Amino acid sequence: MNMLNVSVSPHLRSETGTPSIMRDVAFALLPACIFGVYNNGWRAAVIIALCVLTAVLTEFLFEKLLRRPVTVTDWSAVVTGMILAVNLPASVPFWMPVMGAVFAILVVKQLFGGLGQNFMNPALAARCFLLISFTSEMTNFVYDGVAGATPLSALKAGESVDLVQMFLGTHGGCIGETSVLAILAGAGYLLVKKVISIRIPGLYILSTLLFAVVLNLVTGMGMPGWEYLLAQLMGGGLLIGAFFMATDYVTSPVTPMGQVVYALLLGFLTALFRVVGKSAEGVSYAIIISNIVVPLIERATVPAAFGLKRKGGAKA
Amino acid sequence: MNLKTFMRGIHLREEKELAEKSAIRRVFPEGEMVFPLSQHIGAPARPLVAPGDQVRMGQMIAEPAGPISAAICSSVSGKVKAVEPRLTVSGEYKEAVVIENDGLYTPVDGFGEPRDYQSLSREAILSIIRDAGIVGMGGAGFPTAVKLSPENFEQVDFLIINAAECEPYLTSDHRLMLERPDELLGGIRVMLRLLPNARAVIGIEDNKPDAVKLLSEKCSGDPKISVQPLKTKYPQGGERMLIHAVTGRDINASMLPAAAGCVVQNVATAVAVYNAVCRSTPLITRVMTISGDGVSTPCNLEVSIGVSHRQVMEAAGGLKGDPEKLISGGPMMGTALYTLDIPVQKTSASILALLHDPVAANPSTPCIHCGRCVAACPERLVPQMMQVAADHDDFETFEKLHGMECIECGCCTAVCPAHRTLTQSFKYGKASVNRLRREAKAKAGEKA
Repeated sequence: MNMLNVSVSPHLRSETGTPSIMRDVAFALLPACIFGVYNNGWRAAVIIALCVLTAVLTEFLFEKLLRRPVTVTDWSAVVTGMILAVNLPASVPFWMPVMGAVFAILVVKQLFGGLGQNFMNPALAARCFLLISFTSEMTNFVYDGVAGATPLSALKAGESVDLVQMFLGTHGGCIGETSVLAILAGAGYLLVKKVISIRIPGLYILSTLLFAVVLNLVTGMGMPGWEYLLAQLMGGGLLIGAFFMATDYVTSPVTPMGQVVYALLLGFLTALFRVVGKSAEGVSYAIIISNIVVPLIERATVPAAFGLKRKGGAKA
Repeated sequence: MNLKTFMRGIHLREEKELAEKSAIRRVFPEGEMVFPLSQHIGAPARPLVAPGDQVRMGQMIAEPAGPISAAICSSVSGKVKAVEPRLTVSGEYKEAVVIENDGLYTPVDGFGEPRDYQSLSREAILSIIRDAGIVGMGGAGFPTAVKLSPENFEQVDFLIINAAECEPYLTSDHRLMLERPDELLGGIRVMLRLLPNARAVIGIEDNKPDAVKLLSEKCSGDPKISVQPLKTKYPQGGERMLIHAVTGRDINASMLPAAAGCVVQNVATAVAVYNAVCRSTPLITRVMTISGDGVSTPCNLEVSIGVSHRQVMEAAGGLKGDPEKLISGGPMMGTALYTLDIPVQKTSASILALLHDPVAANPSTPCIHCGRCVAACPERLVPQMMQVAADHDDFETFEKLHGMECIECGCCTAVCPAHRTLTQSFKYGKASVNRLRREAKAKAGEKA
């Protein structure tokens, strides 16, 4: 007879593991990536490959050097690499995705303790790092060989935009953010597989539009029209940010009420940056700033246990 | 069907088809019988026999040692071999009466005689239940006579019969409902006599439609007893979840069910009450489910309390293959065993043998903060934050996060994709808080 295993109850475990969840996210990002390559050409494919390979290699080398268990098989570094790639313009020099992926994995993820310990979304932190350091390369969107404005910056300049083109994604922008269709295909997969719930992305998108209206009114720009709101919805990184980055488990709250607060904060900041700020886009900054306050939001939104009346949050 | 339920919780593979069709079979023990003096919540019973004494079947061999305690009756006739510590299901050695079974089953006087409960006073019924050694047989082992006599017994308006049997594999209550419905309803009527203003509701998960149908028919003429089908969801049979499902009332860890006007008893306990009061038969046997892919013939057996788990397993044809894990109780809240040489207690609902142990196959990895534990917790807790607190010995935060409300049902742990041992941390956290509270109380006592 075998030696019997003895452990504390329960004696059942989930068949879903961290690797299968991460694999689902990577799979759900594929439509956006494939469309990015179609829309931007071979450079996009090289950038995606560089981001993923560098992210995985950085994690592998760091863990080898520190003699820690190697965790690259959990697919989380792959997801980080893909998210960074879809947030880069296809025209950036090739050293930039490498630098970004090293920053994401080494500085933001591993130096803070590895999987589950990072206080910001590593890929978005890396994107913001690149955006601040190399602003001109990061905001140079070449489409069909011509440098041009993204729909959101056109909108900000008061020009009109083609909504059908925005839905399909055949315009300039970051590799993975342009096609609403491709993003929704991936998001639908994650929702059906119950990897993410609609709570954060749904509220985030709705509140962005709501606050955009409010801020337009407050700043005296008047009531925006349907075209403006649809362009805000489909343009920039809102959809890919809402479904793939704001839902990042590690950097979003676990409490139900905390998720509501977090989504509203995201919506407010995104609208603020887009409407009042100088730049046309603000999803990345909105998400990493909200990431930082997640621990505070969680502490304040601990629910009252079953059979107890709620009296303030736990002052942990 | 009008299904009721509670919020959150999880859906598990039921695995009940292994044993649910197997009729209850009586198994008689051989050789040594072991009766631990502590197989209930409260003070261990006080032994009434000494080595060398001759005892009969049904004889009280240990009496309640305090207001919250329970008697223990011998399930066999024979000679007392020893009163000494023996290994029990919890892994501890506990004081136990050891009796050598003479195989004759010579009963005490009056054993098995019919009795009319309607001619008995409330006090007389309670004293019979107390002397019969009846405790909650669903697992907790709270003395039944105490549970049936809360101070506000006249305000109790619900007697809830816990027939959810929400743990996977277990089918013993299901078989009791199908095979002994009249004993069950008889036990309910006895208990209703103790709770004059209550009506009884039998809460059954809808994965047992035959039991719902049979009992609905049987109690259709009785205005005080009804059947409530419940959604099949774990932990539907948790006391607080069941009370919520049936009555919509919520209680917390510091409240007794009676505070919400409820008394909850499980199926096997109700049958035991009937046997004690109407058939003069104390609690000396119980029905167990022997199941799992590591058992030759999964089945439901009526076994004598005190028999070794090894004999029970042999009665089920023995182990099959090379099981990695043996469990006393269900897979969600049961205790892993490292030996079968331990006695069956009043609360031993089952023995499971599993060829594959999912716990060993899925080591813990870092928490990814996904929130599945929060979505699963029937107690509306935040297991993710509680584990951080408990693992860092930060019991103050653990308490502020309502950690003491945890019912250790295991939902959080069973859904965790990182396979973290959350429930284990909470058992540790709760035990530590209780220890600190006791120490603080003792200190305050010293000063005073």
